[in-house]
Parts: sequence; C-alpha cells; structure tokens
Amino acid sequence: MSPVSRGFRHLHSAPAGQEDRVPPGQYVTDGFPVLSAGPTPHTPLERWTFSITQGGQTRKSWTWQEFQALPAETITADIHCVTRWSKLGTVWRGVSVDTLLGQVEHDAPYVMAFCDGGYTTNLPIEDITGSQAWVAFGYDGGRLESEHGGPARLLVPHLYFWKSAKWVRGLDLRDHDEPGFWETYGYHMYGDPWKQQRYAGD
Amino acid sequence: METTAVRGRLTWQTAAVTSVTRETASVVTLEVNPPAWPGHRAGQHLEVRLTADDGYQAEREYSIASAPGEPLAITVERLDGGEVSPYLTEELRAGDELELRGPIGGYFVWEPGDGGPLMLLAGGSGIVPLRSILRHRHRTGSDVPARLLYSARTLPDVIYHDELSRCHGGVQVAYTLTRGQPPGWASHTGRINQALLAGVAWPAEARPLAYICGPTSFVETAAAALVGLGYPPERVKTERFGATGGH
Repeated sequence: MSPVSRGFRHLHSAPAGQEDRVPPGQYVTDGFPVLSAGPTPHTPLERWTFSITQGGQTRKSWTWQEFQALPAETITADIHCVTRWSKLGTVWRGVSVDTLLGQVEHDAPYVMAFCDGGYTTNLPIEDITGSQAWVAFGYDGGRLESEHGGPARLLVPHLYFWKSAKWVRGLDLRDHDEPGFWETYGYHMYGDPWKQQRYAGD
Repeated sequence: METTAVRGRLTWQTAAVTSVTRETASVVTLEVNPPAWPGHRAGQHLEVRLTADDGYQAEREYSIASAPGEPLAITVERLDGGEVSPYLTEELRAGDELELRGPIGGYFVWEPGDGGPLMLLAGGSGIVPLRSILRHRHRTGSDVPARLLYSARTLPDVIYHDELSRCHGGVQVAYTLTRGQPPGWASHTGRINQALLAGVAWPAEARPLAYICGPTSFVETAAAALVGLGYPPERVKTERFGATGGH
C-alpha cells in the first residue's frame, strides 16, 4: 500500500480527448527533450551509410544518396520516453524498415540496431516489420536535427523511445536476443510503454 | 562504449525522510532511509513515487547526491509548474514517507578504478551526480586529480557552495556565473564555450575522463567543446535533463 503524500495533487492531466493515447505513468510535453549518453556525433552525409549486417558480413548497404532514393513515407506517431514524457502527434519522414529488410533474404528473429557513437539497442524482427518501424531523416517538415538523432534515427513508436536509436547506421541480424546499450544497464529488454516495461523485471 | 552488466529487478520501497536541508531558494536535499537499499554507484539515480489521496501516482527520477556508503540522499530543484518537484521542495517534511526504487543507470558512473584525471562539468542542478562522484573520490582516498567547472545563474544559485569551497587535495573548483556576479567576482562569467573550456579543462593529452550533467543546451555545448578540444567522444559521458515542466 503506497503512503499518501499529504498535499500532493494531480496537476498534469492528459489533453482532453487524448487520455487514451497517454500510457500509464507518462505526462504529455510540448517540448522535445534530449537524452543521450555522450557527445552528439556529426557524420558527414558523404560518409554516411546504412547497412544490414549479419555474422560480421555486410548483406546490404546504402549510401545517403541511395537511401534518399528509396520510397519515403510521412509518419504521424505518439512517442513515449522512459523518463516519463510523451509527445503526441509527432510527424516524421522516413523509409520503412520493411523496405530495407525486404532487400535481404533472412530468417533472423532479432536485430541489434547500431549507431554512430557506439550506441546499440535490441529489437525483435516482428516489432520492426509490418509498418511499425522506420529509419527517419525528417522531423516536423524539416530535416532531423543532429541532437534529435539526425541525419537519421530509428523510429519505433510503439516501444519506449530509447529503442528508436539516434544516429542509426544499420541493423545487425541476430538469431537470439541480446541486450543493447541501455538494456545492459538494467533497462527492459522489450520496453512496452503500455505495460510500463521500464527496467529489467518490470 | 564499455558495458558492465548491472541487472536485477527494481522494487518499490517506502522510505522515511530523515532530514530536509535547504540548499538554495529553490533546491533541497532529502535524506531518506529505505529499508532495503541495495547500494549504488556514484552518478546513478533513483525513482520517487508520490501518491495523492485520490490514488493518483506520479513517478520521477532524481540523481543521487550522496556517495556510496553514506546515508542515501537526493537533491531536488523546484521547477515552476512541475507536479512532483514543488511537493518535494516545499511540502515534504522530515518524518514523511516517500516511495522510491533504484538505483538506476550504470553508464554515468565513476569508480576510482576508472581513473582520470576527472573533468566534471555541471550546469545548474546537474552538479548533483557530480557531487556524489567527488564525495566518492574523497571517501575512497582516491588521488585521481579532478577539476570541476560549475555553471550557475548567480552565486546564490550555486548548490553545495560551502562544501565545494572546502574541496582541496587534488580537486580544483571553478565557477561561471551566467546572470550576474557579486562585486569583485574573480572567477568566470557567461555561458560556457570552447574558449572558456580551453582555459579550464585538462588538456586532451592528459587523457581526461569527462562527466557532463545539466540542461540540454549546456550539455550539447560542453560536450561539443570538449570534443573540439580533442577529447575522444568515448571519454565524454553525458547526462541531460530537458526543461519539460514535468518534474
């Protein structure tokens, strides 16, 4: 039984009519907070590539120019950070992960997303296929700023936002699930915001 | 980035608040005594949960201010319009109960074995986890040299000022005040930038280990400046908090 905090009151209600879009334990912000573990990398676009790798081999790789030639979509999504802010109706531009994985024959059940700066995060294939995940390079009508993960970040809005890896450079196909960067430090392996899977064991 | 597995289920426990210390006009330190605290590492944080009389609950994360082995403490800054921090900084009294769980985070941590020299950069209440690191360094008898640059609005906004003034034995503390200085102020003024850091920070050749904590704009500027001065990105650890009004 939780002790009642004398005089503590509920101030941050979800916007009217949008209550069912805010997972438990989250509050809605209009800002776009920045959270990352190290300096913001700045990879020049002429050196940027996005790769699908497996077992140490590059299965497929796109330059920035080739990537921009892929069919892009506009995505509108609510995003939920494990530090408890949610941002509703964010608008992104990016390439569906279906489009990328569709060019590589494989039967891997998991991927490890890898990024500039050494960040990684693990994801089940079934969570990043079926129009659920994108590699986004545009935000709110413009290019994606580097502090928010530009030139390109993963966008997996149905999981906590640390899974939407900033500065993503590729997906490594895996035959089993292994913890990525934050997962190694005690964050949840899957990260479903609707089940409050914040930390290991939640 | 190196990884050290720290996994285990985090459970909520009810702690008594044993003391409330006012640090500045908007900041308090809360000492708490959870019944089964598993211990923490310098730089980690914890989660606090408040429950209203109608059952509504709100949870927030706060950096741990105490060193491992000391009575557990967090330092909280009141954010106007916030839901949790005004309660923690204005309403809470010694003897009240708080639910908490932790520790959380394992990357923005320092152990004497990690070495240095340490370059610590704090913006506002970003000093809190760095104070835990400095205390841990002192308590363990580490001789790793440390420099702290602390950016605050004005001198009365500096948290732990007396404690930081007493730092010696290999710890150098510098301030920069961004919104006004007392007469005769001899340390730095204005927001941090690469020129300021070039004069204060350890040279990159010393292979320093940097920890930066503060608001996003501070951390972005400070981290980019250190990288610009030749610090390898993997030797620059950052912790950021956005001013979302939610804390």
